[in-house]
Amino acid sequence: MFFAFLESSRSAFAAILANRLRSFLTTLGIIIGVASVIAVVSVTGGMSAFIGDSFASLGTNSLTIQSYTPFEDLMKGIRSRLTPADLELIEKRGEGIASITPILEANRSSQLKYGPQTAYSLIMGTTYAYQDVAQTYTEFGRFLAQADNITRRRIAVIGEDVRENLNLPENPVNEYVELSGEWFKIVGLLEPMGDVMGQSRDNIVLVPYSTMVSILGNQAQTDIGIQLSLTPTANLEVVTSQLTSLLRNAHDLSGSEDDDFRIQTAEQLMEQFDQILGTLTMVIAGIVSISLLVGGIGIMNIMLVSVTERTREIGICKAIGAKSHHILMQFLIEALLLSLLGGAIGLASGYGLGMLISNNIPDFPPASVPLWAAALALGFSGFVGVVFGILPAAKAANLDPIDALRYE
Amino acid sequence: MELIKLTDVKKYYEMGSQVVKALNGIDIVVNKNDYLAFIGSSGSGKSTMLNILGCLDKPTSGQYHLNGKNVEILDQNELSEIRNLEIGFIFQSFNLLPRANALDNVMQPLIYRSVGFRQRKNMAMEALSRVGLKDRIDHLPNQLSGGQRQRVAIARALVTHPSILLADEPTGNLDSRTTVEIMQLFDQLHEEGHTLIVVTHENEIAQHCHRIVEMKDGKIFSDTIAQRSKIEATA
Ligand SMILES: Nc1ncnc2c1ncn2[C@@H]1O[C@H](COP(=O)(O)OP(=O)(O)O)[C@@H](O)[C@H]1O
Ligand SMILES: [Mg+2]
Repeated sequence: MFFAFLESSRSAFAAILANRLRSFLTTLGIIIGVASVIAVVSVTGGMSAFIGDSFASLGTNSLTIQSYTPFEDLMKGIRSRLTPADLELIEKRGEGIASITPILEANRSSQLKYGPQTAYSLIMGTTYAYQDVAQTYTEFGRFLAQADNITRRRIAVIGEDVRENLNLPENPVNEYVELSGEWFKIVGLLEPMGDVMGQSRDNIVLVPYSTMVSILGNQAQTDIGIQLSLTPTANLEVVTSQLTSLLRNAHDLSGSEDDDFRIQTAEQLMEQFDQILGTLTMVIAGIVSISLLVGGIGIMNIMLVSVTERTREIGICKAIGAKSHHILMQFLIEALLLSLLGGAIGLASGYGLGMLISNNIPDFPPASVPLWAAALALGFSGFVGVVFGILPAAKAANLDPIDALRYE
Repeated sequence: MELIKLTDVKKYYEMGSQVVKALNGIDIVVNKNDYLAFIGSSGSGKSTMLNILGCLDKPTSGQYHLNGKNVEILDQNELSEIRNLEIGFIFQSFNLLPRANALDNVMQPLIYRSVGFRQRKNMAMEALSRVGLKDRIDHLPNQLSGGQRQRVAIARALVTHPSILLADEPTGNLDSRTTVEIMQLFDQLHEEGHTLIVVTHENEIAQHCHRIVEMKDGKIFSDTIAQRSKIEATA
């Protein structure tokens, strides 16, 4: 059996090489199918590993509460808000909370000045508790302190990107920057946190919450975010439902009305992302199976043509002693070889395409093809070759020798 | 020794409502080292006869014993094996594999009996030198003349050391000089002990053979042992 396999492979190779262009065109369907899936997998593979890491760094036992305005209300000009009163309420009556901090963000990037330099950055008002909740630590200096908040001090903790953009010294502590026409003293520099989805998390300025409130003015319109971390013994679902009923009461929501806020865990955010990725994978799988099907039909078609063209050769081989399985094997191996060749070319060009894509998007992780994807791509192409090669090969193997010899 | 024995062999082709009786009751015995020619006009059933003798085709009825073995009960794969072991075919149109060179063509039948490459090559080289083509082994069929192609085909038939060589109009596509060369090769093969059956409609070719069977309308019309063959005449 192995002997026959070896000999069949030899002549299959010869047959494919004898028709190089046709062989290439035949496998184009498979090449395109495999190339597209490998390109996508190589790009998203790098991305999802990376994003998984970023979410893990958000901490797994923290909750984020934000206001939520349904689309219809937005159209009517109604906006849901979370207020400092809500924060106070949760601080007083929430259970299982280790630390809690408000977050007050400016709607858009604000201008910063240091000497002749200007830069734009996200300004966030928060408290000392943010350090616990978001697990961010300072490289130089200190974090925000409770006293800063009470006395509304004009101090700031900045991210690495801000330091760089403003040309601040390596250790920027005790330097002053100008923000909204006021001078802020830098008390700390955050450790670099890297990017999420190509967005830097280091272009950030943290100021005391109450300082931020006074900068923004017009406190009545304030919509704050709340981040909290749980005590080690607290149950996430119990805490979530208790907070939900607290806030629903405070906002006077009747039973039929939807929540005007969202309570989310870092894990939920990650699950959402995983779901999106899963859907994407399904869509790709669909595209790939269709293109492999088309590729397989292409191979079957050419193999049938090839059997017809070589009818006389098949007759000769049978006349000098070829048995059915010799002929079957030869055509099947030819189909298998064609599709594997297509798979291999597709693999290489897909990887090349993936690299091209990820190299051209700044801050994108490099493309990488996981071994399972490569193995699956080749395995699937081979499978397609065998499935669609069976029919032509069986047709060849069952030819009557005398009819085949007489074929013009 | 009886190599071939046909008993009341018939081969009918149904063409619509009409039945063509290509062979209509053939009884014949061929012995080892016979040198036999089937002659007769076109359509008399010579090729059909040869195809059945070569186990390429099965008779509609009748018995065929080859080397004492009843052949007509065998299936396609068993017939392939018989062809590989016992029969050497030589066709009018050579029937070489177009993409394989002379050596590969001659080695091809040995693949089907799982002979390893080295031995296959040795055997093929031997057969090719027997037909005088040792210096053309890497030529493709379309790089060879008609006579050379037929020599390759003869080498391919010889390489398996078959019991019988069957040739259907082997010189039909060749000029007269090459025809003589090929027939001389056949004469020598007969001298060496091979059994040869040649189908032809040319008298000069039949004259090389020692036994001439004339066919007419699917039947054997005459079966004569030649008094004087060319080899004996020139000896
Ligand atoms: N496959 C076939 N189908 C129908 N008729 C056939 C077939 N092969 C041969 N015949 C008929 O059988 C008869 C004998 O043919 P053949 O053996 O080729 O004759 P020869 O070789 O003596 O010229 C002819 O009448 C031919 O038309
Ligand atoms: Mg004929």
